[in-house]
Amino acid sequence: MRIGVITFPGSLDDGDVVRAVRRCEAEAVPLWHGDAELHGVDAVVVPGGFSYGDYLRCGAIARFAPVMGPVLEAAAGGMPVLGICNGFQILCEAGLLPGALTRNAGLHYVCRDQWLRVENTRTAWSTRYEPGAEILVPIKHGEGNYQADKETIAALEAENRIVFRYIEENPNGSRADIAGICSANGRVLGLMPHPEHAIDPLTGPSDDGLGMFYSALDSLVKVTNE
Amino acid sequence: MARVVVEVMPKPEILDPQGQAVAKALPRLGFTGIGEVRQGKRFELDVDDSVDDAALHRIAEEFLANTVIEEFTVRRVGS
Repeated sequence: MRIGVITFPGSLDDGDVVRAVRRCEAEAVPLWHGDAELHGVDAVVVPGGFSYGDYLRCGAIARFAPVMGPVLEAAAGGMPVLGICNGFQILCEAGLLPGALTRNAGLHYVCRDQWLRVENTRTAWSTRYEPGAEILVPIKHGEGNYQADKETIAALEAENRIVFRYIEENPNGSRADIAGICSANGRVLGLMPHPEHAIDPLTGPSDDGLGMFYSALDSLVKVTNE
Repeated sequence: MARVVVEVMPKPEILDPQGQAVAKALPRLGFTGIGEVRQGKRFELDVDDSVDDAALHRIAEEFLANTVIEEFTVRRVGS
């Protein structure tokens, strides 16, 4: 299994995503923002950071990077795509996921370990979790306040596309306590928390983040076997 | 060449914590009587005469603003 990890100018967490992928014994394939193809990967992770310095809006310029063309095509064909933090912002700007991420309601950058509830265990990135599982994953962002119009939020709720919700405390003012959402087919997932920072209790608050990467590998094995 | 101004503002229903922070700071500076403040962006573009209004609208709609959360105006302000 080959999982591509994109590096944009200003990406920060690509290295940790590569580590998380390798921890799951999958092959991590570094992808460059200027790449015109995906080098035969089976899934793509768009990592966190400050791509293009967050100029204009978070993710607004990364969305037009050459590598994003093939990512959009692959996603349309059902390839699992995970956007973490700035990656989530990029996927929203690119139109792969609805809504937008705006300035945290309290204006503060938040950096802490955060409890989440897993609300949907049928996406390509969440099958390894028990329904309703509570997981502890770091968050670190200044613009994680998920906003969309009422109809979009209602549709996300009705279609069970809110995959992760903040519990105990909403850190940023997100509508409906949304921490992560998926595409209609459950293959594209975006979330603000950082599963790649929660893969080993030695360096993070838990290893709860590994489940997302293992889930993607399971979904790929399933596809290969069918 | 012409000068084009694109102004982008958060939609009224979208929380604008930056504008709120500015509004809250004003009384501390001794300015009273100011209600709500909303913060947006202004872009100034020098454009060739060959660039038509439709293209300018697309630039604003597809790139300078995110219409999920923002609204925009485009106007030519002379050369």
